[in-house]
Amino acid sequence: MKNHSLTYLKMFLSRNLSSQGYKCPSRAFATLNNKTAIKETTIDQSHVDKHSKIAKEWWDPNGKMIALHSYNLLRVPYIRDGLVIEEPFKRTLTPLSNKKILDVGCGGGILSEAIARLGANVTGIDASSELIELASDHCKLDPKLVDNRPSYHCTTIEEHSQSFPDHYDAVVASEVIEHVANKELFVSSLVRAVKPGGKLFVTTPNRTRPMQILGICVAEHILRVVPVNTHDYEMFITPNELTFLLEKNNCHVQAIHGMMYYPVVNRWTWSSSTTFMYALQAEKLTDEDSNV
Amino acid sequence: MVLCRVNSLNNLLMTRISTHARNVSTTRLSGDNTQDKVKGKYDIIIAGGGMVGCTLACAMGKNSLLSKLKILLLEGSPDKKFVLKPEYSNRVVALNQNTKSLMNSIDVWPHVENMRLQPVRHMQVWDACSEALISFSSSDILDDDVAYIVENDVLLEAINKELKSNAIQNVDIVYGAKIAGYDSPKALGREMRNLVKMENGDCYSCDLLIGADGVNSKVRQSMGVQYVSWDYDQMGVVATLHLAEECENTTAWQRFLPSGPVALLPLNSTTSSLVWSMGTAQAKHVLSLSDESFVDELNDALWKQYPRSSAVDACVSWVGAALRRAGLPDGAQRQLPPSVRAAAPASRAAFPLGFGHSARYVAPARALVGDAAHRVHPLAGQGVNLGFGDVKDLTQFLSDALYAGLDITHPSPLEKYESGRQRHNVPTQLASDALCRLYSLQLVPAVLARSVGLQLTNALHPIKKMIMSHATT
Ligand SMILES: Cc1cc2nc3c(=O)[nH]c(=O)nc-3n(C[C@H](O)[C@H](O)[C@H](O)COP(=O)(O)OP(=O)(O)OC[C@H]3O[C@@H](n4cnc5c(N)ncnc54)[C@H](O)[C@@H]3O)c2cc1C
Repeated sequence: MKNHSLTYLKMFLSRNLSSQGYKCPSRAFATLNNKTAIKETTIDQSHVDKHSKIAKEWWDPNGKMIALHSYNLLRVPYIRDGLVIEEPFKRTLTPLSNKKILDVGCGGGILSEAIARLGANVTGIDASSELIELASDHCKLDPKLVDNRPSYHCTTIEEHSQSFPDHYDAVVASEVIEHVANKELFVSSLVRAVKPGGKLFVTTPNRTRPMQILGICVAEHILRVVPVNTHDYEMFITPNELTFLLEKNNCHVQAIHGMMYYPVVNRWTWSSSTTFMYALQAEKLTDEDSNV
Repeated sequence: MVLCRVNSLNNLLMTRISTHARNVSTTRLSGDNTQDKVKGKYDIIIAGGGMVGCTLACAMGKNSLLSKLKILLLEGSPDKKFVLKPEYSNRVVALNQNTKSLMNSIDVWPHVENMRLQPVRHMQVWDACSEALISFSSSDILDDDVAYIVENDVLLEAINKELKSNAIQNVDIVYGAKIAGYDSPKALGREMRNLVKMENGDCYSCDLLIGADGVNSKVRQSMGVQYVSWDYDQMGVVATLHLAEECENTTAWQRFLPSGPVALLPLNSTTSSLVWSMGTAQAKHVLSLSDESFVDELNDALWKQYPRSSAVDACVSWVGAALRRAGLPDGAQRQLPPSVRAAAPASRAAFPLGFGHSARYVAPARALVGDAAHRVHPLAGQGVNLGFGDVKDLTQFLSDALYAGLDITHPSPLEKYESGRQRHNVPTQLASDALCRLYSLQLVPAVLARSVGLQLTNALHPIKKMIMSHATT
């Protein structure tokens, strides 16, 4: 337990700092729990200063978002292999070309850029205009993205899925749903944006006893440092609940895998247990599928 | 409090990384100068076109992802035209099954088979100071050949044939490349760039620099990593030998003498290759002998009775009897080594033997393969096989990284490569070193321990199998 708590302290820390310290409203969806939206009242830096500070925090691979960067080593192959299967000797540098992928809650674009490098046509949406600006600027830095930059939009999934129903080959919501209050609305909006036969990928912490204990512990300690929403863990969703919501929305859940994070070495691994974190892959059924 | 703890963890990590970066030696040219002269920009530069460097280039050229990269191979020696002569070269290597399957996967093995190789189906290792013996045989362990003896230049030619064929389009090769030095990798935007400076003033730049430049690797020196090494004060005397009688000759023989192991590796029914390790002074003496006296001395080394301790003999025969009663092999099915008729003219040469281990195989945007990273006593015939294992893993990890959308200089594949290879290579190196030391002793307890150890190992199939499987991966 001790080891684990250290692990998750770290993760929570970066998440809580990101949503509080500099008002990273990346998770501020229309459906977001109001309690988390604590506003800072004084801004004593110029816009530019702040912008570059956030950029640095997001994109320094050893900075505050260290865990999100190394998370890519696990979730990018997960998404790739969920969408395409290529024989080892026939692999290409852009296995995801011709795939339209929506990254919901893209933040500074850490995941969006990584999938775009595999050739996917990526749209990233986030409710924070600041982060969308940051993400749009940052993707110009990578020469490998010259012909295939993600396009970023400041919007919510509820709005976006109204304009783009049945549109994407895959919709990804990585570490987002745990910040969302109205999960039913959120899940149905995710599903709406996917083409029939397309895929959904969700990664999120589980709501389990060990995770709860950890959540309290984190909150208590962090409360002394930064104001924080102590009841974050109540928002977590279990694999069963998520499966239920998805199946209610005409999806078939294909796989659920547990994940672990080891902060000292900054490494993510797959785990046989979903106690702490999990990744879920589902397919949106076509009409024929659902009639059977 | 918790915050501090987590932060200090972070700091710890960061300091580790930054000290690491600072260790990298800096011999920087003034920026603008070099920009003008950069003759070529590559994704990967491989410094050193020995057996390992060329194989790496070939494996990268054949990989569906790495073949999309621009690769440059720099080799210091000139491009020699190869002709297969009837007489054998005195430099040979024993290749294991893993090397064979790597070579097959990059279509090099058929070229070797079209030239020449000799399969090894049995191996017998025995102690000059006792009756103890161990034997490996393809039939009872792998159901495949134990190893293959191939001349270094035949293998290199086979690799080059494939490397220069139309099947590989992305590798440029420069022969006679005199490398003057390496600039420490510079961050250019989000990427690191290495600069390779040539003596004639040319300059090449690359994302990833790979040192395959042998024991005295300059790339390793430029990485500023710790290198643990020692000399055995031994030389390996090599020669091509004509046997007294024609035989099937598919057995590799190795006898441990107090002065060092002597090994005969089969080449064909009448010819074997010699690797004979001995003290430096003795090696000089052996090199200066006439052909006849050399052969006499060698036959002595293979056949001569050394003074035995009666206590050891008694124990060994008692253990042998016990094993026999238990229905296990007792090592009495000893085969006799061939005797040597003559050494091929001018085939005698000697090479210094040493141990070397680079504490890091990788640094930011750099990596080492083959003898540049590790050097081992030839008694286990592992040297170049370890290097080929490096090639297989590095190619795999870099290819996986590309397939996950990462840069080839991303720390993740490089660290995986380093930890995976060190986990395999270091134990092999240390085991070879320990054997070398154990068998140099003539003290009764040491002879007794190793003799009984050898007998038991020989008798216990699972242990033998374990040794074989480690030695072939
Ligand atoms: C006596 C003896 C017997 C052996 N027997 C066996 C055996 O039975 N089985 C086995 O597996 N191994 C054996 N080995 C070990 C084996 O020979 C080596 O492990 C192998 O040669 C290493 O290959 P390499 O390509 O890493 O290095 P090398 O063969 O040393 O190649 C390095 C290459 O880099 C080039 N180079 C170096 N510096 C520069 C520079 N600055 N610029 C340009 N080019 C450069 C050199 O010209 C050379 O071609 C034996 C070794 C010895 C000494």
